[in-house]
Amino acid sequence: MSKTYYDPADLRKFGNITEWNEELGNKFFEYYGKVFEEGALTAREKSLIALAVAHTEQCPYCIDAYTKDGLQKGVTKEEMMEAIHVGAAIKSGATLVHGVQMMNKVNKLDG
Amino acid sequence: MTKVKTQSLQKKGSDLAQSNRQLEILSNGIFKSGELPTFKDKISETSQFPLKAKKLEILQINVGYMCNQVCDHCHVDAGPDRKEIMTRETMRQCLDVIKNSGAHTLDLTGGAPEMNPDFRWFVEEAAKVGIKDFIVRSNLTIIRANKKYYDLPEFFKKHNVHVVSSMPHWTKGKTDKQRGDGVFAKSIKALQELNAVGYGMPGSALKLDLVYNPSGAFLPGDQAAMEKDFKKALMEDFGIEFHNLFAITNLPIARFLDFLIASENYEDYMYQLVEAYNPSAVTNVMCTNTLSISWDGYLFDCDFNQMLELPVNSKSKHISKFNEELLEGRNIVISQHCYGCTAGAGSSCQGVVA
Repeated sequence: MSKTYYDPADLRKFGNITEWNEELGNKFFEYYGKVFEEGALTAREKSLIALAVAHTEQCPYCIDAYTKDGLQKGVTKEEMMEAIHVGAAIKSGATLVHGVQMMNKVNKLDG
Repeated sequence: MTKVKTQSLQKKGSDLAQSNRQLEILSNGIFKSGELPTFKDKISETSQFPLKAKKLEILQINVGYMCNQVCDHCHVDAGPDRKEIMTRETMRQCLDVIKNSGAHTLDLTGGAPEMNPDFRWFVEEAAKVGIKDFIVRSNLTIIRANKKYYDLPEFFKKHNVHVVSSMPHWTKGKTDKQRGDGVFAKSIKALQELNAVGYGMPGSALKLDLVYNPSGAFLPGDQAAMEKDFKKALMEDFGIEFHNLFAITNLPIARFLDFLIASENYEDYMYQLVEAYNPSAVTNVMCTNTLSISWDGYLFDCDFNQMLELPVNSKSKHISKFNEELLEGRNIVISQHCYGCTAGAGSSCQGVVA
Protein backbone atom coordinates (compact mmCIF):
# COMPACT_ATOMS: atom_id res chain seq x y z
CA MET A 1 0.00 0.00 0.00
CA SER A 2 1.32 3.42 -0.95
CA LYS A 3 2.43 5.59 1.96
CA THR A 4 1.50 8.77 0.14
CA TYR A 5 -1.83 9.89 -1.28
CA TYR A 6 -0.30 10.74 -4.65
CA ASP A 7 1.98 8.49 -6.72
CA PRO A 8 3.22 9.98 -10.03
CA ALA A 9 3.02 6.50 -11.60
CA ASP A 10 -0.77 6.52 -10.99
CA LEU A 11 -1.19 9.06 -13.77
CA ARG A 12 -0.28 6.33 -16.28
CA LYS A 13 -3.14 4.26 -14.84
CA PHE A 14 -5.78 6.97 -15.41
CA GLY A 15 -7.28 4.92 -18.23
CA ASN A 16 -7.94 2.09 -15.79
CA ILE A 17 -10.99 3.92 -14.40
CA THR A 18 -12.93 2.41 -17.30
CA GLU A 19 -12.42 -1.05 -15.78
CA TRP A 20 -15.01 -0.46 -13.08
CA ASN A 21 -17.45 1.43 -15.27
CA GLU A 22 -16.69 1.02 -18.92
CA GLU A 23 -19.59 3.01 -20.33
CA LEU A 24 -19.12 6.15 -18.25
CA GLY A 25 -15.32 5.88 -18.38
CA ASN A 26 -15.31 5.65 -22.16
CA LYS A 27 -17.80 8.51 -22.47
CA PHE A 28 -15.58 10.66 -20.28
CA PHE A 29 -12.40 9.93 -22.29
CA GLU A 30 -14.21 10.50 -25.55
CA TYR A 31 -15.46 13.86 -24.29
CA TYR A 32 -12.04 14.72 -22.86
CA GLY A 33 -10.31 13.95 -26.15
CA LYS A 34 -12.83 15.99 -28.11
CA VAL A 35 -12.45 19.00 -25.83
CA PHE A 36 -8.71 19.19 -26.46
CA GLU A 37 -8.93 18.96 -30.24
CA GLU A 38 -8.10 22.03 -32.30
CA GLY A 39 -11.29 24.12 -32.53
CA ALA A 40 -12.13 27.81 -32.19
CA LEU A 41 -9.18 27.74 -29.79
CA THR A 42 -5.87 26.21 -30.79
CA ALA A 43 -4.62 23.07 -29.03
CA ARG A 44 -1.83 25.27 -27.64
CA GLU A 45 -4.30 27.78 -26.11
CA LYS A 46 -6.31 24.93 -24.60
CA SER A 47 -3.16 23.47 -23.10
CA LEU A 48 -2.41 26.77 -21.35
CA ILE A 49 -5.98 27.02 -20.01
CA ALA A 50 -5.68 23.44 -18.73
CA LEU A 51 -2.39 24.28 -17.03
CA ALA A 52 -3.92 27.29 -15.24
CA VAL A 53 -6.94 25.25 -14.12
CA ALA A 54 -4.66 22.40 -13.04
CA HIS A 55 -3.10 24.85 -10.60
CA THR A 56 -6.30 26.36 -9.30
CA GLU A 57 -7.61 22.80 -8.80
CA GLN A 58 -4.23 21.93 -7.25
CA CYS A 59 -4.20 18.62 -9.09
CA PRO A 60 -0.61 17.29 -9.14
CA TYR A 61 -1.38 14.81 -11.91
CA CYS A 62 -2.82 17.55 -14.10
CA ILE A 63 0.12 19.88 -13.36
CA ASP A 64 2.58 17.18 -14.48
CA ALA A 65 0.50 16.34 -17.52
CA TYR A 66 -0.09 19.88 -18.77
CA THR A 67 3.44 21.09 -18.07
CA LYS A 68 4.70 18.29 -20.30
CA ASP A 69 1.91 18.92 -22.81
CA GLY A 70 2.87 22.61 -22.97
CA LEU A 71 6.53 21.77 -23.56
CA GLN A 72 5.50 19.42 -26.36
CA LYS A 73 3.56 22.25 -27.94
CA GLY A 74 6.50 24.67 -27.72
CA VAL A 75 4.98 26.72 -24.87
CA THR A 76 7.67 28.72 -23.07
CA LYS A 77 8.12 28.84 -19.29
CA GLU A 78 7.22 32.56 -19.35
CA GLU A 79 3.88 31.72 -20.99
CA MET A 80 3.26 28.95 -18.47
CA MET A 81 3.93 31.23 -15.51
CA GLU A 82 1.67 33.96 -16.92
CA ALA A 83 -1.12 31.43 -17.38
CA ILE A 84 -0.78 30.34 -13.75
CA HIS A 85 -0.98 33.98 -12.64
CA VAL A 86 -4.25 34.29 -14.54
CA GLY A 87 -5.56 31.32 -12.56
CA ALA A 88 -4.21 32.75 -9.32
CA ALA A 89 -5.74 36.18 -10.03
CA ILE A 90 -9.17 34.66 -10.59
CA LYS A 91 -8.80 32.50 -7.50
CA SER A 92 -7.81 35.46 -5.29
CA GLY A 93 -10.33 37.72 -6.98
CA ALA A 94 -13.02 35.15 -6.26
CA THR A 95 -12.03 35.27 -2.59
CA LEU A 96 -11.82 39.04 -2.38
CA VAL A 97 -15.06 39.77 -4.25
CA HIS A 98 -16.83 38.01 -1.37
CA GLY A 99 -15.50 40.87 0.74
CA VAL A 100 -18.42 42.84 -0.64
CA GLN A 101 -20.79 40.31 0.93
CA MET A 102 -18.97 40.75 4.24
CA MET A 103 -19.19 44.54 3.93
CA ASN A 104 -22.91 44.33 3.11
CA LYS A 105 -23.49 42.17 6.17
CA VAL A 106 -21.48 44.43 8.47
CA ASN A 107 -23.36 47.46 7.17
CA LYS A 108 -26.70 45.75 7.71
CA LEU A 109 -25.94 44.40 11.18
CA ASP A 110 -23.85 47.19 12.57
CA GLY A 111 -24.87 50.25 10.60
CA MET B 1 20.57 29.85 -17.37
CA THR B 2 22.52 28.64 -20.37
CA LYS B 3 25.89 26.97 -20.16
CA VAL B 4 28.99 26.73 -22.26
CA LYS B 5 29.09 23.25 -23.71
CA THR B 6 32.53 21.96 -24.52
CA GLN B 7 33.14 18.23 -24.27
CA SER B 8 31.74 15.04 -25.75
CA LEU B 9 30.95 12.04 -23.54
CA GLN B 10 33.87 10.31 -25.21
CA LYS B 11 36.31 13.06 -24.18
CA LYS B 12 34.91 13.03 -20.64
CA GLY B 13 35.56 9.28 -20.51
CA SER B 14 31.90 8.66 -19.69
CA ASP B 15 30.59 5.09 -19.52
CA LEU B 16 27.83 6.13 -21.88
CA ALA B 17 30.32 6.90 -24.64
CA GLN B 18 30.47 3.11 -25.03
CA SER B 19 27.77 1.72 -27.31
CA ASN B 20 27.62 -1.62 -25.47
CA ARG B 21 26.88 0.22 -22.21
CA GLN B 22 24.02 2.06 -23.91
CA LEU B 23 22.63 -1.16 -25.37
CA GLU B 24 22.86 -2.80 -21.96
CA ILE B 25 20.77 -0.02 -20.40
CA LEU B 26 18.23 -0.26 -23.22
CA SER B 27 17.89 -4.02 -22.75
CA ASN B 28 17.83 -4.21 -18.96
CA GLY B 29 15.62 -2.62 -16.28
CA ILE B 30 11.99 -2.09 -17.22
CA PHE B 31 12.41 -4.07 -20.45
CA LYS B 32 14.13 -7.05 -18.88
CA SER B 33 11.61 -7.20 -16.03
CA GLY B 34 8.74 -7.21 -18.54
CA GLU B 35 7.28 -3.98 -17.15
CA LEU B 36 7.45 -2.66 -20.73
CA PRO B 37 7.50 -4.79 -23.88
CA THR B 38 10.69 -4.89 -25.92
CA PHE B 39 10.49 -3.35 -29.39
CA LYS B 40 10.72 -6.82 -30.89
CA ASP B 41 7.71 -8.00 -28.85
CA LYS B 42 5.78 -4.86 -29.68
CA ILE B 43 6.19 -5.10 -33.46
CA SER B 44 5.53 -8.83 -33.26
CA GLU B 45 2.02 -8.03 -31.94
CA THR B 46 1.17 -6.68 -35.39
CA SER B 47 3.26 -9.26 -37.28
CA GLN B 48 5.81 -6.63 -38.27
CA PHE B 49 8.81 -8.59 -37.01
CA PRO B 50 11.31 -9.00 -38.55
CA LEU B 51 11.38 -5.51 -39.97
CA LYS B 52 12.66 -5.76 -43.54
CA ALA B 53 14.54 -3.29 -45.71
CA LYS B 54 12.67 -2.28 -48.84
CA LYS B 55 14.09 -0.69 -51.97
CA LEU B 56 16.92 1.75 -51.20
CA GLU B 57 15.82 5.37 -51.61
CA ILE B 58 18.06 7.41 -49.33
CA LEU B 59 21.81 7.24 -48.80
CA GLN B 60 22.74 9.04 -45.61
CA ILE B 61 26.46 9.62 -45.32
CA ASN B 62 28.02 10.68 -42.05
CA VAL B 63 31.23 12.46 -43.09
CA GLY B 64 32.55 12.81 -39.54
CA TYR B 65 31.67 13.35 -35.90
CA MET B 66 33.53 16.64 -35.53
CA CYS B 67 31.24 19.58 -34.78
CA ASN B 68 31.62 23.18 -33.63
CA GLN B 69 28.74 22.63 -31.18
CA VAL B 70 28.18 20.26 -28.26
CA CYS B 71 24.38 20.03 -28.07
CA ASP B 72 22.68 18.40 -25.08
CA HIS B 73 20.60 15.98 -27.11
CA CYS B 74 23.19 14.91 -29.71
CA HIS B 75 22.84 11.24 -30.61
CA VAL B 76 26.24 11.35 -32.33
CA ASP B 77 28.04 12.68 -29.22
CA ALA B 78 29.61 15.09 -31.69
CA GLY B 79 31.88 17.96 -30.74
CA PRO B 80 35.14 19.77 -31.48
CA ASP B 81 37.06 16.97 -29.78
CA ARG B 82 35.80 14.21 -32.10
CA LYS B 83 38.42 13.27 -34.67
CA GLU B 84 36.53 10.68 -36.74
CA ILE B 85 36.55 12.15 -40.25
CA MET B 86 35.74 10.52 -43.59
CA THR B 87 38.72 10.40 -45.95
CA ARG B 88 38.63 11.35 -49.62
CA GLU B 89 39.26 7.70 -50.44
CA THR B 90 36.04 6.63 -48.64
CA MET B 91 34.24 9.53 -50.31
CA ARG B 92 35.35 8.20 -53.70
CA GLN B 93 33.86 4.82 -52.79
CA CYS B 94 30.63 6.59 -51.76
CA LEU B 95 30.55 8.44 -55.11
CA ASP B 96 30.75 5.12 -56.97
CA VAL B 97 27.78 3.87 -54.99
CA ILE B 98 25.82 7.10 -55.52
CA LYS B 99 26.37 6.80 -59.28
CA ASN B 100 25.26 3.19 -59.46
CA SER B 101 22.57 2.84 -56.80
CA GLY B 102 18.86 3.42 -57.24
CA ALA B 103 18.72 5.93 -54.36
CA HIS B 104 17.06 9.23 -55.25
CA THR B 105 18.22 11.14 -52.16
CA LEU B 106 21.70 11.82 -50.83
CA ASP B 107 21.82 13.10 -47.27
CA LEU B 108 25.11 14.39 -45.81
CA THR B 109 25.31 14.61 -42.07
CA GLY B 110 27.83 14.70 -39.21
CA GLY B 111 28.90 16.33 -36.79
CA ALA B 112 29.08 19.46 -38.84
CA PRO B 113 29.66 18.00 -42.32
CA GLU B 114 31.21 21.29 -43.46
CA MET B 115 34.15 20.71 -41.08
CA ASN B 116 35.38 17.74 -43.09
CA PRO B 117 38.34 19.16 -45.10
CA ASP B 118 37.08 17.38 -48.24
CA PHE B 119 33.46 18.46 -47.80
CA ARG B 120 33.42 20.94 -50.69
CA TRP B 121 35.17 18.53 -53.03
CA PHE B 122 32.66 15.84 -52.13
CA VAL B 123 29.66 18.15 -52.68
CA GLU B 124 31.02 19.28 -56.05
CA GLU B 125 31.58 15.69 -57.18
CA ALA B 126 28.28 14.38 -55.80
CA ALA B 127 26.33 17.27 -57.38
CA LYS B 128 27.63 16.17 -60.80
CA VAL B 129 25.87 12.83 -60.42
CA GLY B 130 22.56 14.65 -60.65
CA ILE B 131 20.79 12.98 -57.74
CA LYS B 132 17.19 14.19 -57.31
CA ASP B 133 17.44 15.51 -53.76
CA PHE B 134 20.84 16.42 -52.32
CA ILE B 135 20.58 17.26 -48.63
CA VAL B 136 23.22 18.77 -46.36
CA ARG B 137 22.35 18.84 -42.66
CA SER B 138 23.88 22.11 -41.57
CA ASN B 139 23.77 23.23 -37.95
CA LEU B 140 23.60 26.90 -39.12
CA THR B 141 26.16 28.26 -36.63
CA ILE B 142 28.98 26.78 -38.74
CA ILE B 143 28.16 29.43 -41.35
CA ARG B 144 29.11 32.09 -38.80
CA ALA B 145 31.85 30.12 -36.99
CA ASN B 146 34.79 31.20 -39.10
CA LYS B 147 35.46 33.39 -42.15
CA LYS B 148 36.21 30.33 -44.26
CA TYR B 149 32.57 29.26 -43.90
CA TYR B 150 30.96 32.66 -44.62
CA ASP B 151 30.39 31.80 -48.28
CA LEU B 152 28.56 28.53 -47.54
CA PRO B 153 25.13 29.90 -48.52
CA GLU B 154 26.51 30.78 -51.98
CA PHE B 155 28.29 27.43 -52.20
CA PHE B 156 25.10 25.54 -51.31
CA LYS B 157 23.20 27.59 -53.90
CA LYS B 158 25.77 26.92 -56.62
CA HIS B 159 25.32 23.17 -56.18
CA ASN B 160 21.57 23.31 -55.58
CA VAL B 161 21.95 21.70 -52.18
CA HIS B 162 18.83 21.19 -50.05
CA VAL B 163 19.69 22.68 -46.65
CA VAL B 164 18.18 21.06 -43.56
CA SER B 165 19.00 22.77 -40.28
CA SER B 166 18.30 22.21 -36.62
CA MET B 167 16.34 24.82 -34.72
CA PRO B 168 14.98 23.70 -31.36
CA HIS B 169 12.79 26.76 -30.75
CA TRP B 170 11.95 30.21 -31.98
CA THR B 171 13.14 31.78 -28.72
CA LYS B 172 16.71 32.40 -27.58
CA GLY B 173 16.24 30.87 -24.13
CA LYS B 174 15.15 27.42 -25.26
CA THR B 175 17.58 27.26 -28.19
CA ASP B 176 20.67 28.25 -26.21
CA LYS B 177 19.71 25.93 -23.35
CA GLN B 178 19.90 22.94 -25.69
CA ARG B 179 22.61 23.97 -28.11
CA GLY B 180 24.84 26.34 -26.15
CA ASP B 181 25.26 30.02 -25.43
CA GLY B 182 25.05 32.28 -28.46
CA VAL B 183 23.70 29.58 -30.79
CA PHE B 184 20.35 31.30 -31.29
CA ALA B 185 21.81 34.63 -32.44
CA LYS B 186 24.22 32.91 -34.85
CA SER B 187 21.47 30.63 -36.20
CA ILE B 188 19.21 33.61 -36.87
CA LYS B 189 21.99 35.41 -38.71
CA ALA B 190 22.76 32.28 -40.75
CA LEU B 191 19.08 31.84 -41.66
CA GLN B 192 18.90 35.46 -42.78
CA GLU B 193 21.97 34.90 -44.96
CA LEU B 194 20.43 31.78 -46.48
CA ASN B 195 17.25 33.75 -47.16
CA ALA B 196 19.32 36.53 -48.75
CA VAL B 197 20.62 34.17 -51.46
CA GLY B 198 17.12 32.77 -52.04
CA TYR B 199 16.94 29.80 -49.66
CA GLY B 200 13.59 29.12 -48.05
CA MET B 201 11.72 31.86 -49.90
CA PRO B 202 8.15 31.10 -51.00
CA GLY B 203 8.24 29.32 -54.36
CA SER B 204 12.05 29.10 -54.33
CA ALA B 205 13.65 25.89 -55.62
CA LEU B 206 16.41 26.43 -53.05
CA LYS B 207 14.97 24.30 -50.28
CA LEU B 208 15.51 25.28 -46.66
CA ASP B 209 13.86 23.07 -44.05
CA LEU B 210 14.20 23.21 -40.29
CA VAL B 211 14.40 20.33 -37.86
CA TYR B 212 12.79 20.67 -34.46
CA ASN B 213 13.59 18.26 -31.70
CA PRO B 214 12.45 18.75 -28.11
CA SER B 215 14.82 20.39 -25.63
CA GLY B 216 14.02 17.90 -22.87
CA ALA B 217 12.39 14.64 -21.79
CA PHE B 218 9.19 15.04 -23.78
CA LEU B 219 7.95 14.13 -27.24
CA PRO B 220 7.53 16.64 -30.07
CA GLY B 221 4.10 18.15 -30.57
CA ASP B 222 2.09 18.07 -33.77
CA GLN B 223 4.44 18.84 -36.68
CA ALA B 224 1.99 21.00 -38.61
CA ALA B 225 1.07 23.09 -35.55
CA MET B 226 4.74 23.53 -34.63
CA GLU B 227 5.57 24.59 -38.18
CA LYS B 228 2.85 27.23 -38.02
CA ASP B 229 4.18 28.60 -34.73
CA PHE B 230 7.79 28.58 -35.98
CA LYS B 231 6.85 30.36 -39.22
CA LYS B 232 4.84 33.03 -37.44
CA ALA B 233 7.49 33.75 -34.80
CA LEU B 234 10.52 33.69 -37.11
CA MET B 235 8.78 35.95 -39.62
CA GLU B 236 7.43 38.44 -37.05
CA ASP B 237 10.62 38.63 -35.00
CA PHE B 238 13.34 38.29 -37.64
CA GLY B 239 11.73 38.35 -41.11
CA ILE B 240 12.91 34.76 -41.71
CA GLU B 241 11.31 32.38 -44.22
CA PHE B 242 11.72 28.62 -44.52
CA HIS B 243 9.87 25.80 -46.23
CA ASN B 244 9.06 22.86 -43.96
CA LEU B 245 9.57 21.96 -40.33
CA PHE B 246 10.46 18.36 -39.48
CA ALA B 247 9.57 17.36 -35.92
CA ILE B 248 11.97 14.68 -34.75
CA THR B 249 11.78 12.64 -31.56
CA ASN B 250 14.93 12.39 -29.45
CA LEU B 251 16.10 8.79 -29.33
CA PRO B 252 17.36 7.52 -25.99
CA ILE B 253 21.00 7.08 -26.93
CA ALA B 254 24.31 8.90 -26.35
CA ARG B 255 24.02 12.36 -24.78
CA PHE B 256 20.24 12.32 -24.63
CA LEU B 257 20.36 8.99 -22.79
CA ASP B 258 22.96 10.49 -20.45
CA PHE B 259 20.60 13.41 -19.78
CA LEU B 260 17.61 11.10 -19.23
CA ILE B 261 19.49 9.04 -16.67
CA ALA B 262 21.10 12.00 -14.88
CA SER B 263 17.76 13.82 -14.60
CA GLU B 264 15.91 10.64 -13.52
CA ASN B 265 13.64 10.86 -16.55
CA TYR B 266 14.73 7.66 -18.30
CA GLU B 267 11.87 5.37 -17.23
CA ASP B 268 9.21 8.00 -17.69
CA TYR B 269 10.55 8.81 -21.17
CA MET B 270 10.56 5.14 -22.19
CA TYR B 271 6.96 4.89 -20.95
CA GLN B 272 6.07 7.90 -23.11
CA LEU B 273 7.65 6.29 -26.16
CA VAL B 274 5.99 2.93 -25.61
CA GLU B 275 2.59 4.45 -24.83
CA ALA B 276 2.80 6.56 -27.99
CA TYR B 277 3.77 3.52 -30.11
CA ASN B 278 1.99 3.66 -33.45
CA PRO B 279 2.07 0.49 -35.56
CA SER B 280 1.32 2.43 -38.75
CA ALA B 281 4.54 4.42 -38.22
CA VAL B 282 6.45 1.12 -38.35
CA THR B 283 5.43 0.64 -41.97
CA ASN B 284 7.28 3.76 -43.12
CA VAL B 285 10.09 3.90 -40.61
CA MET B 286 13.17 5.34 -42.30
CA CYS B 287 15.48 2.36 -41.87
CA THR B 288 13.36 0.48 -44.39
CA ASN B 289 14.40 2.76 -47.28
CA THR B 290 17.62 4.33 -45.98
CA LEU B 291 21.19 3.22 -45.62
CA SER B 292 23.54 5.00 -43.25
CA ILE B 293 27.25 5.09 -44.07
CA SER B 294 29.76 5.89 -41.34
CA TRP B 295 32.88 8.05 -41.64
CA ASP B 296 34.96 4.88 -42.08
CA GLY B 297 32.66 3.40 -44.72
CA TYR B 298 30.63 0.87 -42.73
CA LEU B 299 26.94 0.36 -43.46
CA PHE B 300 24.11 0.70 -40.94
CA ASP B 301 20.32 0.68 -41.01
CA CYS B 302 20.23 4.24 -39.67
CA ASP B 303 22.43 6.91 -38.10
CA PHE B 304 21.27 5.79 -34.62
CA ASN B 305 22.39 2.20 -35.23
CA GLN B 306 25.65 3.62 -36.49
CA MET B 307 26.21 5.34 -33.14
CA LEU B 308 25.26 2.15 -31.29
CA GLU B 309 27.69 0.25 -33.52
CA LEU B 310 24.98 -2.13 -34.73
CA PRO B 311 26.06 -2.93 -38.32
CA VAL B 312 23.67 -4.05 -41.07
CA ASN B 313 22.61 -7.67 -41.00
CA SER B 314 24.04 -8.42 -44.45
CA LYS B 315 27.16 -9.75 -46.09
CA SER B 316 27.53 -6.31 -47.65
CA LYS B 317 28.86 -4.46 -44.60
CA HIS B 318 31.21 -1.87 -46.08
CA ILE B 319 30.93 0.71 -48.84
CA SER B 320 33.81 -1.04 -50.63
CA LYS B 321 31.64 -4.18 -50.79
CA PHE B 322 28.35 -2.41 -51.47
CA ASN B 323 25.76 -4.71 -53.00
CA GLU B 324 22.28 -3.26 -53.31
CA GLU B 325 20.69 -6.62 -54.08
CA LEU B 326 22.15 -8.22 -50.98
CA LEU B 327 21.05 -5.29 -48.82
CA GLU B 328 17.46 -5.20 -50.04
CA GLY B 329 15.24 -7.39 -47.91
CA ARG B 330 17.76 -7.58 -45.06
CA ASN B 331 16.43 -7.82 -41.52
CA ILE B 332 16.70 -4.47 -39.76
CA VAL B 333 18.67 -4.54 -36.52
CA ILE B 334 16.48 -3.28 -33.68
CA SER B 335 16.59 -2.44 -29.99
CA GLN B 336 14.48 -0.36 -27.63
CA HIS B 337 15.79 2.95 -29.06
CA CYS B 338 13.65 2.14 -32.14
CA TYR B 339 10.56 3.17 -30.14
CA GLY B 340 11.74 6.74 -30.82
CA CYS B 341 10.91 6.38 -34.52
CA THR B 342 7.47 4.83 -33.98
CA ALA B 343 6.01 7.16 -31.33
CA GLY B 344 2.93 9.19 -32.27
CA ALA B 345 3.10 10.26 -35.89
CA GLY B 346 6.51 8.58 -36.12
CA SER B 347 9.87 10.22 -36.58
CA SER B 348 12.54 10.20 -39.25
CA CYS B 349 15.19 12.53 -40.63
CA GLN B 350 12.36 13.87 -42.83
CA GLY B 351 9.98 14.35 -39.90
CA VAL B 352 6.74 12.44 -39.31
CA VAL B 353 6.07 9.23 -41.22
CA ALA B 354 2.47 8.30 -40.30
